[in-house]
Amino acid sequence: MYDLSCADVTKRFGTFTAVENVSLDIPSGSFFSILGPSGCGKTTLMRMIAGFETPTSGDIRIKGESVLSLPPNKRNVKMVFQHLALFPMMNVGENIAYGLRCRGEAKSEIAPKVARVLDRVGLPGSEDKRIDQLSGGQKQRIAIARCMVLEPDVLLLDEPLGALDLKLREHMKIELKQLQHQFETTFLYITHDQSEALVMSDNVAVMNAGKFEQIGSPKALYDQPASGFVAGFVGDSNILAGTLREARGSEARVDLDGGGHVIGRVCDGSVAGDRVEVFLRPESLRLGAADDGTSLTGRVESLLFNGASSRVLLDVNGQLIEVADPEQASALAKGATASVGWTPERARIFARRSA
Amino acid sequence: MSRPGLSDASRLSLILLFTPFVLWIGLLIILPQVGIGYVSLREKISWNEYSFGLKNYVDFLGEPVYRNTLLRTAWMSILVTALALLIGFPIAYYIAKIARERSRAALFLMCLIPLWVSDLVRAYGWIVLLRETGVISTALVRWGIINQPIEMLYNDVTVVIGLVYTVILFMIVPLVSTLQGMDDALLEAGYNLGGSRLTVLRRIIIPYAMPGIVSGCIITFMLTAGSYLTPILLGGKNSSWFTEQIYNQFITRYNWESGSAFGVALLVFTSFVVWAGLRLTGQSLATTVAKD
Repeated sequence: MYDLSCADVTKRFGTFTAVENVSLDIPSGSFFSILGPSGCGKTTLMRMIAGFETPTSGDIRIKGESVLSLPPNKRNVKMVFQHLALFPMMNVGENIAYGLRCRGEAKSEIAPKVARVLDRVGLPGSEDKRIDQLSGGQKQRIAIARCMVLEPDVLLLDEPLGALDLKLREHMKIELKQLQHQFETTFLYITHDQSEALVMSDNVAVMNAGKFEQIGSPKALYDQPASGFVAGFVGDSNILAGTLREARGSEARVDLDGGGHVIGRVCDGSVAGDRVEVFLRPESLRLGAADDGTSLTGRVESLLFNGASSRVLLDVNGQLIEVADPEQASALAKGATASVGWTPERARIFARRSA
Repeated sequence: MSRPGLSDASRLSLILLFTPFVLWIGLLIILPQVGIGYVSLREKISWNEYSFGLKNYVDFLGEPVYRNTLLRTAWMSILVTALALLIGFPIAYYIAKIARERSRAALFLMCLIPLWVSDLVRAYGWIVLLRETGVISTALVRWGIINQPIEMLYNDVTVVIGLVYTVILFMIVPLVSTLQGMDDALLEAGYNLGGSRLTVLRRIIIPYAMPGIVSGCIITFMLTAGSYLTPILLGGKNSSWFTEQIYNQFITRYNWESGSAFGVALLVFTSFVVWAGLRLTGQSLATTVAKD
C-alpha cells in the first residue's frame, strides 16, 4: 500500500492551470522529492495534499483513504513550512506540545513525548528555549520535531533549506536524510535545487509547467532523462542546438547551428529534419582528439579550478563548452587549442524545447 | 573636549533634534501638570491667602458623589474599551489578513474618514439620529413600529455607543499593524498541526496580536476616560462623567484648587487601571511599544 497517492490531480485558478493531471504513488517510508523550477506548480500540489487548496479534479489518498473531504486539521499529513512557521510567542516545548494539546492528550503524556522527540532530533533539554535563541539549523530540527511528535503518515517539506546559508544547507541535507531513516516516515520534499533532490531522495518527480516530466530514482533521472527539460534541469549539461540530419538506428547526425556536426543518440521520437538539442554532460567529455563527429575542437577560454570538479571552458565556434577536468590534470594553458571527444551514446538528442 | 565617538556635529544634531521635543514635553505636559499638582495642594483660607495641605483630596474622597463619578467613569471606559476591542478586532483582522491588497488601503481610509470631522460634528450626527424628533424615532413612528416618538438620547447606552464609535479607530490602527506582521504560514501551521479555528484564534492569533491589543486598549481607555464632548452631548447634564465634574469645579464654581485635585485624581486613577491591566495580561509597556 502507498502512504500517499495522487490520481490525475488537476488544479485551475481561473483559466490558469497550475497542476495538470498529476499522478504519483509514494511507498511507505520512502523519501520522495518533487523537483521543478519556481512557478511549476509544486507548491500548489503540496498545499492540496495538506488541504489548503482543493483540487479541481482528481483524488488524493493517504494510506488508501481519500482525504478530499477532510479539512486540513483532520489530515494526518504534517508540513514543514518554507520559513518554518514556528510560533514565536511559544517556547520550544510549547511549540512541540501544540499539536498534542490540539489532539487532547493528557498533560502527563505530553511532557515525556516532547522530551523524547527533542532527544531524537538531537536537542535534548531545550524545551524552555525561546525560538529566537535557536540557530537556523536548530529551528529546522524543531520544526521537524513539531510535526514528527504527531507521528504523521506523511511529512511534507516545502523547500525548508532555502533560507539557510550554503554550508548549513549542505549539512542539513545529510541530516534530513538521517532523520528520515530514523523516523521511518514517508517524506515528500519539494525543492527547486536539483542537488537537494538528488542527494536525499529515493525517488524524484521532475515537474514542469504543472506536469510531471519524469518520475524515477536520482540515478535514472541523471542517466536516462526522459525529456530535454529533465536533461537540462537535472545535473549540468552543455546544450548544442542543431538540426537532425540523418538517423541510423539510434545514432544520428546533427548539424549544429554554429557550424560542424556531431553524432549522438536520439532519446525521443525526433526524426530527420527536426530541430533538436544535443545534451553533453561535462564529465562525459574527454580531453584529447577523437573520431570525426564525436569530437569538438576549440580554444581554451578559461580554467576553472575547483578541486575534483574543476572545469575547462572551451570556446567552440563562439559557444562555451564546459569540460570536466578533475584537479586540472590536463595542464592546458589558456588560449591553447584543445579537442574533446565522447562516445555517441553519451550525447543525448532531444527535440528542441520551446523557449 | 568631546567624548570619543561623539563628534561635535553629531552632538549638535542630537541637540537640534531633541530641542522641540523637550520644549513640547516640558512646556505643554510637565509644566502644566506641575502647576495643576501645585494648585491642588493649595487651600484657600480667604481672599488671596493660601496654605498648603491635602484638604482638597480629603474633600474629594469624603464626598461619595465625586468618588462614584470617578468609579463610574472608569467602569464605563473599561466597557467602552472592551466593546471597541470586540468590534474592532474582526474589522482589523479583515483589513489585515482577509482583504485583498488593493481594497486594504480603501478600507483603512474608510476607517479614517470620521477623523476628518470634529468630535462636535460627529456627536451632533448622533443627536440628529437619536433625539425624539430625530431620524430613527420619526421613521419608526411612520412605519407604525412605535406609537409615539421616543427619546433615545441622554442614557448610558447612547453614551457608550457614541464613545465606542469615537474611539474604535484608535483600537483598529494598532491591531491592523500588528496583525499585518503575522505570517499566514503561522495560521496554516496552526491548522496543519490539528488546531481548530478556535484553537488557532486563542493560541496563535490573539497571543501574536497581544502587543497591538494592549496598546489599542491603553489608547482607547485613556481617550474615553478623558473625553468630554461625547458624554456631555449624548448623555446630557446627568451623564455623570468625571471630566464634567472637573469642568464644573473650574468653570462653574471657580474652585481651581478642587478642580486641580480632581484632575490629578483622574490621572492617577486611570494610570492605576492601565498598570493593573498590564499586570493582569502579563504585558509590559516596553514590549507593547517596542515590538520587534
